[in-house]
Amino acid sequence: MVTLKVNGEQHDLDIEAEMPLLWALRTEIGLTGTKYGCGIAQCGACTVLMDGRPVRSCSLPVSGAQGHEITTIEGLSKDGTLNKVQQAWIAEDVPQCGYCQSGQIMSATALLNRTPNPDDSDIDAAMAGNICRCGTYVRIRRAIRRAAAKA
Amino acid sequence: MTRRTADLSRRQILVTSATLTGGLALGLFIPGAARAAVPELEARYWANDAPDPNEVNAWVVIEPDDSVTLRSCMAEMGQGTGSGLPMLLAEELECRWDNIKVEFASVNRNIRENSLYGDMLTAGSRGIRTTWPYVQQAGASARERLIQAAAAKWKVPAKDCEARDSKIFHKPSGRSLRYGELVKDAAKITLAAEPAIKTPEQFKLVGTRKPRLDSAIKSTGKATYGIDMREADQLYASIMSCPVFGGKLVSVDDSAIKGARGIKQVVKLDDAVAVVADNYWRANEALKKLKVTWDGGAAARTDSLMFAQEYRDALDGPLVTARNDGDAKAAIAKSAHVVEAVYETPLLAHATMEPCNATVHLQDDRLDVWMGSQSALENAKMAAKEAGLKPEQVYFHQLYLGGGFGRRTFGDELRHAVRVAKAGNIRQPLQLLWSREQDMHADRYRPQSAIRLKGALTPDGKLEAIFIQSVCGSIARSTGRAVPDGIDFTSLEGIGPSVPYNKIPNWYTGQLLKNTHVPVAYWRSVGGSQNCFYLESFIDELAHAAGKDPLEFRRSLTDRVDSLAVLNKLAEISGWGKPMAAGRGRGISLVDNHEAVGGQVAEVTVGPSGEVKVDRVFAATDAYHVVNPNLVDAQIEGGLIFGMTAMLYGEITIKNGAAVQSNFNDYRMVRINDAPETVTALALTGGKDKEGKPKWGGVGECSTAPIAAAIANAIFAATGKRIRSLPFKNLKLTELASL
Repeated sequence: MVTLKVNGEQHDLDIEAEMPLLWALRTEIGLTGTKYGCGIAQCGACTVLMDGRPVRSCSLPVSGAQGHEITTIEGLSKDGTLNKVQQAWIAEDVPQCGYCQSGQIMSATALLNRTPNPDDSDIDAAMAGNICRCGTYVRIRRAIRRAAAKA
Repeated sequence: MTRRTADLSRRQILVTSATLTGGLALGLFIPGAARAAVPELEARYWANDAPDPNEVNAWVVIEPDDSVTLRSCMAEMGQGTGSGLPMLLAEELECRWDNIKVEFASVNRNIRENSLYGDMLTAGSRGIRTTWPYVQQAGASARERLIQAAAAKWKVPAKDCEARDSKIFHKPSGRSLRYGELVKDAAKITLAAEPAIKTPEQFKLVGTRKPRLDSAIKSTGKATYGIDMREADQLYASIMSCPVFGGKLVSVDDSAIKGARGIKQVVKLDDAVAVVADNYWRANEALKKLKVTWDGGAAARTDSLMFAQEYRDALDGPLVTARNDGDAKAAIAKSAHVVEAVYETPLLAHATMEPCNATVHLQDDRLDVWMGSQSALENAKMAAKEAGLKPEQVYFHQLYLGGGFGRRTFGDELRHAVRVAKAGNIRQPLQLLWSREQDMHADRYRPQSAIRLKGALTPDGKLEAIFIQSVCGSIARSTGRAVPDGIDFTSLEGIGPSVPYNKIPNWYTGQLLKNTHVPVAYWRSVGGSQNCFYLESFIDELAHAAGKDPLEFRRSLTDRVDSLAVLNKLAEISGWGKPMAAGRGRGISLVDNHEAVGGQVAEVTVGPSGEVKVDRVFAATDAYHVVNPNLVDAQIEGGLIFGMTAMLYGEITIKNGAAVQSNFNDYRMVRINDAPETVTALALTGGKDKEGKPKWGGVGECSTAPIAAAIANAIFAATGKRIRSLPFKNLKLTELASL
């Protein structure tokens, strides 16, 4: 039995210890906002927060997530209010296909948690693990600056 | 094809009738999505297959609560048509912009009701440019009926009434009625003639910057993509195709997965093997453990070096004449100043962020499909054939696409899902998901090609002739269509008729369509992705050979209003001509791609060991008329990043008949730290087409095509080194000869 705490809720799951967190979230718990992109921690589509830090859930076995607070895109808004990164994403109309954007938003949220006023090199360094095939990078930078200014 | 859609849609628009609840439904077709300042869109995208109790006819429904629903036959894959067409509708309908919902029209109804939604193909940057007449007409028709209904109710002349903000106003008295109060009566009105639609000078909403409708659901994880489908008792499959394209499965040893948890079965197909399990991860882990024997046939002895040599060798001909103006051969022969160069580009994968997938539920008399597709109608018909059902027994539910770029046109993933369900006799919902590795190994790639270009300059530096010999894979041939005259339009894009220049007196393009066993297909900007790199790099070579400024040289090659507008805009926004520091360079490129002219100026910095940083890109676009500049900008910004990946890193190589690259570790992408600052500007010249109708361009691909040459030309400006083959990662700039 594996116990995961996701978005403040506890889940007791009868799954293999080596199952990646991504698949536990998507197929066992039913949280599909976190996406599969590569399976080898290369694209960032599966990014979630573990105790506030960004991790690639496709390459993290659930055994490594036990005992930690996991936050997914579904857990970012509080009482129906979107977090400031999500608000900035909407204000700048960042998403195109949108598939990578959950991961992008999680990485950006983690960045702003540790660096409230990032400069462009901070942004590039923190976001370089997240691929966007639609090429929304210019707006991602803009949205992160907007969210930082709001804080 | 466009024409056929047009006729069907016009006929449908003329038929109206009341819905059961008194709503007014009328014909048109639209794409879709929605938001928070605007309505929160449903996470699921598709319309019901049964006629809705609130709707009798097909496309636009106005409900008693004033809400408007558009039924789209354009997929939403990020291009934003789902936010653009509602603006066109609202423009004519005079309804509130914040009260429109969008859903994907029922594919099943399209099959049963004589293709009333047309071909449902979302490709070729045609989301707006082929749908605007019907969207506008439907809006205008609805508006006029609502006006007449109000006039009849008030017993006043219709000319004293006007539509505004989802209400009809009686101008003299100031009385008003909501659309929702009028729909019942409006639906019963038959117009003597269809009202004229607005011309672009009359637009109030169209042409203004508005938000996307789907930003909110895509920033909260709510948007449902194909991969997100979850039905009760759903199973999951992972599949591996024969690594050698066209090869066959010989045998499978599954002893390593005997007794593995959750595994339901191993399904063997002619050319692939799949594992079905209760969880995708279990299925995919088991698949990796199978010992599989394949027969790749003769193709298993081929590789990229061999193909590249064959393509170069074939440049000497014979070729099929695809364009022949004047006498380019003679002009070259007698010119004292001929410039000549050979260029080449490799195969490219699409690598959509969402790997291809399809969810199917096969039953005796019915097949349900859930996926994101650029070609839902054709995919549904194909699935029917595979399942042994009639097309009308297929229920295709369109979802959001996690990227398309041409890949999600062919339904290969759906074919797999149906075959696995059928061969495995799986009668519960089954989601078949390609792993990233399968997605990259089983793609249909951007064709590889080689080209020889010659240009003849006069003593005073005028371009007298262009002579092109091209060898390129044919997409038509690879996707099973005949190419009887040896000409495939897509292979010619950017070097045939669709170039932004009209003052080059002698022009010859000869081409050989040359395919290998590797499947090729549409890739964002299609022929433009390689041909515009070739031509625009070569035009730059000619400008330098002629001793002319590259922008001025291009100006001398055209008197097209659109091309000149884009060049002028580029000169204005990029600070063209201003001096740059040593090691920096500026390059320009201009293309005509999918009915728009796109131009770019790239600024690069080249480091001491030849490393290149693209600092800024200025992009100017003439798409004649546009709906929403905010979304056009997004397409331009993103499209050039897509082309930049191809320029810097993109390459699928073939070894032993199979694709070598398998994931983002060896098929590298432009990431945010590579991404240049981007300055976009519209240079819209408006105008009319040959039929006298307003001209609308496509903006999804015209920024992908020019970027490679803009960067390569900037590198030349900085270093004097000419890039003639891609990707750049394979070149050592310090070892390239200076020109």
